[in-house]
Amino acid sequence: MAFFLAQILNGLANASALFLVASGLSLIFGVTRVVNFAHGSFYMLGAFIGVTLMEMLPGHVGFWGAILLTGLAVGLIGAIVEMIVLRPIYRAPELFQLVATFGVILVIQDLALMIWGAADRMGPRAPGLRGVVRLWGEPIPKYDLALIAITPLVLLGLWYLITRTRVGILIRAATQDREMVGALGVNQAWLFTGVFALGSALAGLGGALQLPKGGADLLMDFNILGPAFVVVVIGGMGSLPGAFLAAILISVLGVFGVTYLPQSTLVLMFVVMAIVLIVRPYGLLGREEVAGEHGQVGRPEPPIRPYGQTARLVVMALVGALLLLPLVAETFVQILVIDIVIFALFAASLHFILGSGGLVSFGHAAFFGGGAYAAALLVRHASAPMEVAFLLAPLLAGVLALGIGWFCIRLSGVYFAMLTLAFSQLVWSVAFQWRSVTGGDDGMISIWPAAWLSDTTSYYYFTLLFGIGGILLLRHAIHAPFGYALRAGRDSPRQAEAMGIDVKRIQLAAFTLAGAMAGLAGGLFVFAKGSVFPTELEIARSFDALIVVFLGGVKTLAGGVVGATFLTGVEDWLSRLQYWRLLLGLLIIGVVIVAPEGIVGAVRGAWMRWRGSAPGLKSKGGAAT
Amino acid sequence: MNLHRRAILAFAAFTAIAPAAVAQEGDPIVIGEINHYTRMAAFAEPYRKGIELALDEINSDGGVLGRPLEFVFRDDQGDPAEAVRIAGELMTREGAVMLTGSILSNVGLALSSFAAERGYVYLAAEPLADSLVWTSGNPYTFRLRASTWVQAAMLAERAAETDATRFATIAPNYAYGTDAVEAFKENLTRLKPDVEFVGEQWPALFNIDAGSEVQALERAKPDAIFNVTFGTDLARFVREGGDRGLFDGRDVYSLLSGEPEYLEPLGDEAPEGWTVTGYPWYALEDGDPGKPFVDAYEEFTGETPMIGSLVGYLTAVSIAGAIEKAGSTETEAIREAFEGLTVADTPIGELNYREIDNQSNMGAYIGTLAVEDGQGVMVDWEYKEPGPYMPSDEEITAMRPAE
Amino acid sequence: MTEILRVERLVKSYDGFLAVNGVSFSVAEGELKALIGPNGAGKTTCFNMLMGQIRPTSGDVFLGAERITGMRPRRVWRKGVGRTFQITGTYQTMTVIENVQMALLSHHRRLFDLRSRAWKLFRGEAFEFLRIVGMAEQADRPCSELAYGDLKRLDLAIALTHRPRLLLMDEPTAGMAPSARVELMRLVAEIVAEQGVSVLFTEHDMDVVFAHAHHIMVLNRGELIADGDAAAVRRNPKVQEVYLGGGTLFAAEDANA
Repeated sequence: MAFFLAQILNGLANASALFLVASGLSLIFGVTRVVNFAHGSFYMLGAFIGVTLMEMLPGHVGFWGAILLTGLAVGLIGAIVEMIVLRPIYRAPELFQLVATFGVILVIQDLALMIWGAADRMGPRAPGLRGVVRLWGEPIPKYDLALIAITPLVLLGLWYLITRTRVGILIRAATQDREMVGALGVNQAWLFTGVFALGSALAGLGGALQLPKGGADLLMDFNILGPAFVVVVIGGMGSLPGAFLAAILISVLGVFGVTYLPQSTLVLMFVVMAIVLIVRPYGLLGREEVAGEHGQVGRPEPPIRPYGQTARLVVMALVGALLLLPLVAETFVQILVIDIVIFALFAASLHFILGSGGLVSFGHAAFFGGGAYAAALLVRHASAPMEVAFLLAPLLAGVLALGIGWFCIRLSGVYFAMLTLAFSQLVWSVAFQWRSVTGGDDGMISIWPAAWLSDTTSYYYFTLLFGIGGILLLRHAIHAPFGYALRAGRDSPRQAEAMGIDVKRIQLAAFTLAGAMAGLAGGLFVFAKGSVFPTELEIARSFDALIVVFLGGVKTLAGGVVGATFLTGVEDWLSRLQYWRLLLGLLIIGVVIVAPEGIVGAVRGAWMRWRGSAPGLKSKGGAAT
Repeated sequence: MNLHRRAILAFAAFTAIAPAAVAQEGDPIVIGEINHYTRMAAFAEPYRKGIELALDEINSDGGVLGRPLEFVFRDDQGDPAEAVRIAGELMTREGAVMLTGSILSNVGLALSSFAAERGYVYLAAEPLADSLVWTSGNPYTFRLRASTWVQAAMLAERAAETDATRFATIAPNYAYGTDAVEAFKENLTRLKPDVEFVGEQWPALFNIDAGSEVQALERAKPDAIFNVTFGTDLARFVREGGDRGLFDGRDVYSLLSGEPEYLEPLGDEAPEGWTVTGYPWYALEDGDPGKPFVDAYEEFTGETPMIGSLVGYLTAVSIAGAIEKAGSTETEAIREAFEGLTVADTPIGELNYREIDNQSNMGAYIGTLAVEDGQGVMVDWEYKEPGPYMPSDEEITAMRPAE
Repeated sequence: MTEILRVERLVKSYDGFLAVNGVSFSVAEGELKALIGPNGAGKTTCFNMLMGQIRPTSGDVFLGAERITGMRPRRVWRKGVGRTFQITGTYQTMTVIENVQMALLSHHRRLFDLRSRAWKLFRGEAFEFLRIVGMAEQADRPCSELAYGDLKRLDLAIALTHRPRLLLMDEPTAGMAPSARVELMRLVAEIVAEQGVSVLFTEHDMDVVFAHAHHIMVLNRGELIADGDAAAVRRNPKVQEVYLGGGTLFAAEDANA
């Protein structure tokens, strides 16, 4: 019993930093609708700034003062980030802001490396709170008790702020209905900045408060991000009491997981999230998302058209150039193009459901990696010939997508995204932990193509055939009745339903097709690299695809392909430099601000202006992107 | 190569028009080096400086085959697929004659498989996975450091000497962790058949919930603990375990914890009395072959060495030795030269690579942790050759895929 | 006359509040029937229950002889019921004609077709429907650029594509200019006459209602208080009581949604 109680105290102490980070994230999402990927970076900044301040300020006052100062400092940084990076792009398409926040992650990563160096920092001890007290005979660190006391105080403070002050009323109003705040004559821009600063400050506080239990290191931004999102989603996006409950739930379950299922450390919280979302699609205390609430900000995209004469010629010339490339270019260029084509197909498959279906998946890597793993497993365990394994990769990835889609498709918006994320984490953990079959994180190596493809140039043409074939197939599907039906379900589900379209079924079919195409890319990938690792199933891989789709332009058909080409090319180039992530981050932020409709969207806009025609009015060739 | 020139070259590569460099007399011999410079900067940087020190010495000595030796360093972000692409580029575009690099085992394995497929020589310097030279071994891959198995076996040997019979283990939940625990168990059980393993904890890598892990270990009431966690996980584990009295009256055997990379961040909280493998550079005395390296490194970089510095230095030295022995920069010649290669007078004495599995004889330092002047140090340490801890030649031949 | 639609004791309650309280009525084949009532009378709720957007608390809906209570909208649509909405939900990212083609694709069960080019399919047929509602000239404009009244007409064209037996129109003229309203309802009346389709519609504009509806039903506070031809409804004392307060029944010019 004593052990049991000590476990619960442990969980409560762990919940503290998690709640602070998650509550900030939830607050920011609730008001600004920005899914802030950079939130983990503010947490990391909090830890580093906290360490620095604590080293400078001595004693009790110094320690606690440093924590408060850290909160202020990180809040200020948050405000600056919001004003420079986010303020110009609130009118961009839904979720576009997450690309900008991704850029912020990269910038903060390299800045932290420059300022604080690569070495991990141990957190200073809290003065007077070193050591343990014995409760029921179990040792409980004193600082844990302090954390357990602080968390409810913070919740109470937030509760007071939100229910008892004018600012709080505005925050609540904005969470319920953004338009209303504008109607009330409030300066929305400053409200957003303020909330962003508050949310960042909470993350910074979290980072500083956990110091005596941990420290500061350069990986903590991503490490906290997953759990923080899980907490926000389980609690219900935008709900602070929900975040509080969920932080405690996750932390306490985590503690018991460590004790009774030590192997569960990787997946437990994602399993919990999947179960909660399947049972309560909007989290514990969340409310249903009103359809279109944050969809379709900005003007709707122009109707799609197949390519006109000019554009067709350009595409044919490009494909022709790719076909002739091996005659002039050396092997490495072919390898780079292989990588680009594979990534472009992967991105195009995500773009298909995201652009035409409005389904934002955070877990698309499950199908890319799934295809790669399917092929590798067939080669390794069934001794399948490469050709058979390759052809089965998209099929098996499609089956996986069908299964996962069946659960996810009933949700929408951010909750759909988070459930796909949970499932992709489950797939990842299977690949990671089932070592006897998948090789764990040592992966599967020596999965090379058949002899007739072992030469780089042969494989290059093989990749072109299936990669470009897959992209064209997806493009064709967009122009086919199926693609139209998918778009109908996105534009107006009610209308689609009232004209006999089974929207969910179309979406599930599209999800499956996209999964299969991602699997095809995965099949190409595994034989190009000769190996596959759980890295290909990671969240980071899903985000890669997501980011290039937004960067290229969601509301354009070529966005995924162009974005993938752009990012792979730029990254290959930049990564030769020191601090290249800083440059890449700045570049992404720059693109986002200059071209909020993505690269293709911006080019199209410029083309339209040059042609002097209003968007979408005429010009079959012009609206062709 | 300065940043500016690299940028221009990089741009040329990006635009894909520049012709490939054709090696000429007097041109540098280029080695392709791929590492996790952004993702694991704390480990990769000292390693790189070790290489740079060796290159400085080699080139001021007239280089290799009369040509300067040059490393091209590239960042793979810890992503195996990225590493494979860069490897291809280094070999086909940058004119590299062989590959080296990686700290993470999975990246090492990806590079090793790629190297075998394409017929490139790859020296895996840092990765610890046993499979690199055993179950997944291939003729083109060579490995420098003492592997997980060997280092765990050294700790198991020490553990077998005590009265402890109830052991608990804690290791990060990934391949290195599971390999290490398996190796420790197997070796300890062989040496002391009556041991009992009463608990296994598997925290997520770099995401440990230290308090709970400590409680769970305490609950198993072990006599001794085998630890594999490292980095931030280790720091948290040490702090929570110390506070909660987990280590009181218990022996702890801990893999790699004596390496400066992990020991230095712990400061005065370094857990005294733990038996660890590591690198006690501060305690090397004149006469020890490792001492001149430590001095040279401190002078060259103005920093104290890490284990990565030593590994980086030995990497460059090995490669220079192999090319010198090969008398050519042709892949086959380098590969054959590496087999059974001997390099005299290195910081670990005579360095050689075994023909049977392409593993070097670099061993490990094993000792006990103590705190001196507010900093953890290894005391009562000794340097051990890996030979006695290796499986038998027959076992290794059976493990390695047929060539 | 045979009944096309029969509604029996339809009830919808929200936490005890009876939005629709035991409504029963029927619509005959070829009939143009109006459902009117003040704001909040339960007209739209009633409509949503007929088409399946809302599941009734109790009661039944029959289409011909078949019970369709609680059936999903898309299945009701497949049974031959068309619907237009008070606030149109046309597809913003498609052209006018593509909106119609979309309905035709669904009608001809080509939704899972991955091979054809959607914009080539049924274009001629779609054009015909646009011509019927007078939208032919705007066929290739993006839907997002249309005036509100045009959207309403487009909505009607869409609802006609599967040659419905019964058409449910929720406030078909809301938001239109008065002259356009009359025109649209004349169009609807023509369609009823020519194609033999039955229409049930709700409407605020009493001119429209009394000019075109064959029969009129009046709903108030969830209950049906009158059901008959124009003259009978005008004379009905309950109806007068309901509408005199609002004053809109006979001075209809200012009444729109």
